[in-house]
Amino acid sequence: MIELLDLKKNYNSVEAVRGVTLNVEAGETFALLGPNGAGKTTVINILCTLLRASSGVAKVNSFDCTVNPEGVRKSIGLVFQEVTLDNELTAYENLKFHCYLYNMDSALTEARITEMLGVVGLLDKAKDLVKTFSGGMKRRLEIVRGLLHRPKVLFLDEPTLGLDPQTRSRVWEFIAELKAKEGSTVFMTTHYMDEAEVCDRIAVIDNGKIIACDSPAALKSSLKGDTVYLRTGEDAKARIELKEKFLLEVKDTENGLAFIVEKGAEFIPVLFKELSVPVLSVSVKRPTLDDVFLHLTGKEIRDSKQVEKNNRRGRS
Amino acid sequence: MTTRAVYVIVLREFKRFFRQRGRFVTTLARPLIWLFIVGAGFTKIIDESEHGSYMQFILPGIIGMTILFSSVFSTISVVWDREFGFLREMLVAPISRLTIVVGKLISGTILSLFQGLALMIVAPFLGIEIGVLQIFWMAILISLVAFSLTAFGLFIAARLTSLEGFNVIMNFIVLPMFFLSGALYPIDTLPDPLRWLTHLNPLTYGVDSFKHVLLKGGETLGPEFSLLTDVLVVSTFALVMTFFSAKAFEKS
Repeated sequence: MIELLDLKKNYNSVEAVRGVTLNVEAGETFALLGPNGAGKTTVINILCTLLRASSGVAKVNSFDCTVNPEGVRKSIGLVFQEVTLDNELTAYENLKFHCYLYNMDSALTEARITEMLGVVGLLDKAKDLVKTFSGGMKRRLEIVRGLLHRPKVLFLDEPTLGLDPQTRSRVWEFIAELKAKEGSTVFMTTHYMDEAEVCDRIAVIDNGKIIACDSPAALKSSLKGDTVYLRTGEDAKARIELKEKFLLEVKDTENGLAFIVEKGAEFIPVLFKELSVPVLSVSVKRPTLDDVFLHLTGKEIRDSKQVEKNNRRGRS
Repeated sequence: MTTRAVYVIVLREFKRFFRQRGRFVTTLARPLIWLFIVGAGFTKIIDESEHGSYMQFILPGIIGMTILFSSVFSTISVVWDREFGFLREMLVAPISRLTIVVGKLISGTILSLFQGLALMIVAPFLGIEIGVLQIFWMAILISLVAFSLTAFGLFIAARLTSLEGFNVIMNFIVLPMFFLSGALYPIDTLPDPLRWLTHLNPLTYGVDSFKHVLLKGGETLGPEFSLLTDVLVVSTFALVMTFFSAKAFEKS
């Protein structure tokens, strides 16, 4: 459904995208994950024909983004980072405007608008001006608008940016529900790890290059193992035993010890058997995408979030 | 280019116009303030028996001002849309850039036409006789002038990325255009450099064409070019500006 072949984009002398090759299958939910400035939005903008690639091939629904932008635009729906609704129009009018722009069959639009507003729980707000809406309501309306013309591919560029955690999870419920109903391919960018985890496949992008591309489970299993957190009656003694008996590298944490083993769950019974000090608590943490990202890029994705916040403040 | 897309872009501009009460009231009040306050003031210092009625003389100019402001400021919606993101909704839709330009041109022109024609209601109170024929001709001329000015505004708006920039540029262009259009005083009486500028100002010819319809010829306070010259200059300006604004949008 989406094909990228050695895609490159330069802004003057800055290389924003440096040779990206990707294939997204029809019906897939695909996430492009990376810190700010990694090139995520540039890739999306090229795919939705707002930007021209410097070199390489970008195809959506087998239309070439440079040769046949019209064909691409007919095949896609978009939800941008920033709000792109008209505040002076009602929710219904915003959707109606969209139907006309996409030249949808007017006999079908009314039912379609009602149906879609119903899914995201905005039916009773249809006649309200969008400027009276909360951030979460606007997002839901935009997502519905992006799907209104039944696009083959829905692009979501940081769809939950700036929303509180509760609203974020609601928005994700709606996206999942709509996707199940419409069967569109979803291509999104995000730097929220937990959001990327619901995808079929994830590509990690850093400095304009794809550094990993696989399913969330496969990416996680590429890490060596699980982290075990241990609290004992005598931490100092426990550490020596762990080092001597299991040859583990043990780290001190705020309350107790931590170490990495290949299969955490299977290790715990062995631990109880061999350890002579009393165990107060033990927990095993499966690797998260945060760990994967850290492992691949040497950067924590949270750091980049912080950078972005600072940038915002600087701008405003 | 699809007609439905053009239609809905025009419809949106109309809805926005009528929903912004402040904008609606300003566009109606501004010309009346100029007409009755400025007009009444100048009337006192002009020998009307020799030159003709000043209030009558400035009506075409005030109509010209109204459509100048209305047309040019209607294009602020492009800058507005860019700033608030809505432009992207249109740019990624399967419609051409030309469709957006045409939609904005039509909406700007029609909104100006209504405001220009609405002002003709005061004509009888100023002693100007108005019939169906005058209204017909004014409608055509106003549409032409409004179209050219909207295209001009679009050409500028396509390059601007902030509302502040729009206000600065518009005030440095729109106000001089109005004052140097023969709207408030006859061009012939101006000092040379200013007179040359008025000859370069397309609005001058627009206002002059209105004078042909609304004023009796022959007096000092009357039209100064031939109607044919007026229509040719405004039409040329309209064509050139449409071409350039379409070009500017193609790039953005």
